[in-house]
Amino acid sequence: MIKLIGLVPLFPLIGFLINGFFGKKMSKSLSGGIACVSILASLIVSVLAFIELEHSANKSHVVTLFSWISADTLNIPFDFLYDPLSALFLLIITGIGFLIHVYSVGYMHDDAGFSRFFTYLNLFVFFMLLLVMGNNYLIMFVGWEGVGLCSYLLIGFWFKNTAYNDAARKAFIMNRIGDLGFLLGIILIFVTYGSISYGDVFAKAGVSSNAIVTSIALLLFIGAMGKSAQIPLYTWLPDAMAGPTPVSALIHAATMVTAGIYMIVRSNVFYSISEVASETVAIVGVATALFAATIGLLQNDIKKILAYSTVSQLGLMFLGLGVGAYSSSVFHVTTHAFFKALLFLGAGSVIHAMGGEQDVRKMGGLKGKIKITYITMLLGTIAISGLPPFSGFFSKDEILAHVYEHSKILWFLGMVTSMLTAFYMFRMLFLTFFGTFRGTHEQEHHLHESPKSMTIPLMVLATLSVVGGVLGLPEFWGQTNWIGEHLSPIILHKDPSTLSHETEWTLMGLAVASAAAVIYFAHSMFITNGVLPVAGEDKMKPWQKLVYNKYYVDELYDTVIRKPLDAVSKAFYKFFDLQIIDGIVNGVGAAVKGTGSVVRLLQTGNIGFYVVSMVVGVVLILLFKFIL
Amino acid sequence: MLNGISINYYILLSAVLFIIGAVGVMARRNSIIIFMCIELMLNAVNLLLVAFSTLHNDPSGQVFVFFIMAVAAAEVAVGLAILSMIYRNIKNIDTDLLSNLKN
Repeated sequence: MIKLIGLVPLFPLIGFLINGFFGKKMSKSLSGGIACVSILASLIVSVLAFIELEHSANKSHVVTLFSWISADTLNIPFDFLYDPLSALFLLIITGIGFLIHVYSVGYMHDDAGFSRFFTYLNLFVFFMLLLVMGNNYLIMFVGWEGVGLCSYLLIGFWFKNTAYNDAARKAFIMNRIGDLGFLLGIILIFVTYGSISYGDVFAKAGVSSNAIVTSIALLLFIGAMGKSAQIPLYTWLPDAMAGPTPVSALIHAATMVTAGIYMIVRSNVFYSISEVASETVAIVGVATALFAATIGLLQNDIKKILAYSTVSQLGLMFLGLGVGAYSSSVFHVTTHAFFKALLFLGAGSVIHAMGGEQDVRKMGGLKGKIKITYITMLLGTIAISGLPPFSGFFSKDEILAHVYEHSKILWFLGMVTSMLTAFYMFRMLFLTFFGTFRGTHEQEHHLHESPKSMTIPLMVLATLSVVGGVLGLPEFWGQTNWIGEHLSPIILHKDPSTLSHETEWTLMGLAVASAAAVIYFAHSMFITNGVLPVAGEDKMKPWQKLVYNKYYVDELYDTVIRKPLDAVSKAFYKFFDLQIIDGIVNGVGAAVKGTGSVVRLLQTGNIGFYVVSMVVGVVLILLFKFIL
Repeated sequence: MLNGISINYYILLSAVLFIIGAVGVMARRNSIIIFMCIELMLNAVNLLLVAFSTLHNDPSGQVFVFFIMAVAAAEVAVGLAILSMIYRNIKNIDTDLLSNLKN
């Protein structure tokens, strides 16, 4: 089955083509069915290949499809690499992708662009699979760009709304800025090592100078900053909530934003060699985590809360990568995919029940009305807050333990972030599901549980969020850390943990205690005392206003970057475009016209004149022939 | 020798005849006169060819003259047919009036 691994991206591609060409003519159930079945087929192939990989001694299989670029010294074949890392990511992408496809059949049921949605969704899965399966940086880049494109198409899915289109453009352009760094990194890799296939590059990585490796690592990280929404290229992610909720779940929680982490884990050689790059990754990660967590404290749109939570959790994952805890970060990617997708899909279910309302200030007391959604979201919230024995606890704790070994300050900041995470997530839960209903009367009558196509994926994801921790049980509990062992073939070098068992238990205890304390505090604030978010911005204190307006970062970018660029663009237009380019084009036209008006005088229509000119011409020719 | 007359006189006569024909084609407006001048030019060339063929004792010059005469006859037939058509259309054979292609 590993030899047929090319089938995995092929099925979504076929689904894309069928839905793209014939989607409008098919019934909604057929269109949605084809999309879901294609992802299911990929999932089945991924599972079979995974089982085969587990039983095989060789953990790195290269399957070549065809020779892609072959020009003199540049030789890039189109081949796939199937090893533990890509196997794991394939399962995540196809598994969660399948659940979200099924959910979308219910969520997008009343939408006119139903088949177009599934076309884009299948295309996205195709590109994401390409990204994680490629054996060289160029295929990864193709997938990288492709998911950026699909993100643009899906964010701006309801294209009649200009604000959504602006959000889509913003996402795409910010991604492109990151991609510039990524591309420069790939070029530097090629110039240094003469190849961009993983095998060739990683084998030779130790040979080149530290400066070059650092540059490569930092340039690649700039790409990750854009794709995985780290400071300073994170502002597109909250705006991307303009897209339909399944899009937010799939792309901006579980898969696309994890592409940066995949890339760094794949390239862990560079980051292990270059300490400067690793430190940068860790610091940017923790800064983003803390920053986004503070913004999430005061948001009122349920999807924006989850968006900032995603940015913050991604920051935590990068923090883990920066201290060398590669398998821990991948573990957190997996558990985060489970509970973040669950939370987003649950939020979609809430929005569906509220008839489109997304403001938590208008919700409240929903737990009696939409029970399944409530229970699954409760489980997801507990998982993200890091309470045992849910999955989020194990992954977050593993990262924080490795961070503690590396630097106490970073560990402390990570702990603060976790506490803030628990707080704002439970704030969201309490404001949405507890208390009295604060919406309008018609909304109250409209409240209903979502159809099975939406609740069953929620239940599956909830189960995974609860039991997913078994993937990476801590070693000092005497268990085998499955993910750590699974991924060890691809990690360059691992420093064994120097923490004593007492330290590890203490850290674990601190994490649990702080999370529990914060949740108790949130409970007393929102349920016992019934504190509600202020209704309007004018009633906020100055520091609240600052945080609520996302620290005015968007406005900062606007003034510092966009306005000067606009001015330069206008100047170029006025001078270069209007005067020079138009001048040249119009000048050519005027020249032709002028020449024409002169030459036209020869057309007298007078036969005698024509005869005379013939004779003159012949005489001239003879003159030239015999004299010159 | 061509019966005691040097070749130069033949060349001179042929040239004069050719120039008279050429100027006639350029300067006259009457179509029939233009045809006659064309014939004059052709015959001037014929004269020259025959003179040189006798000078070099090479019959190919005279053979070429035969060809030219045949072609001239065909051309006259076509030309007079065109002339008739023009006359039928504008009832005149003044070439100055054929200026529909102006500009």
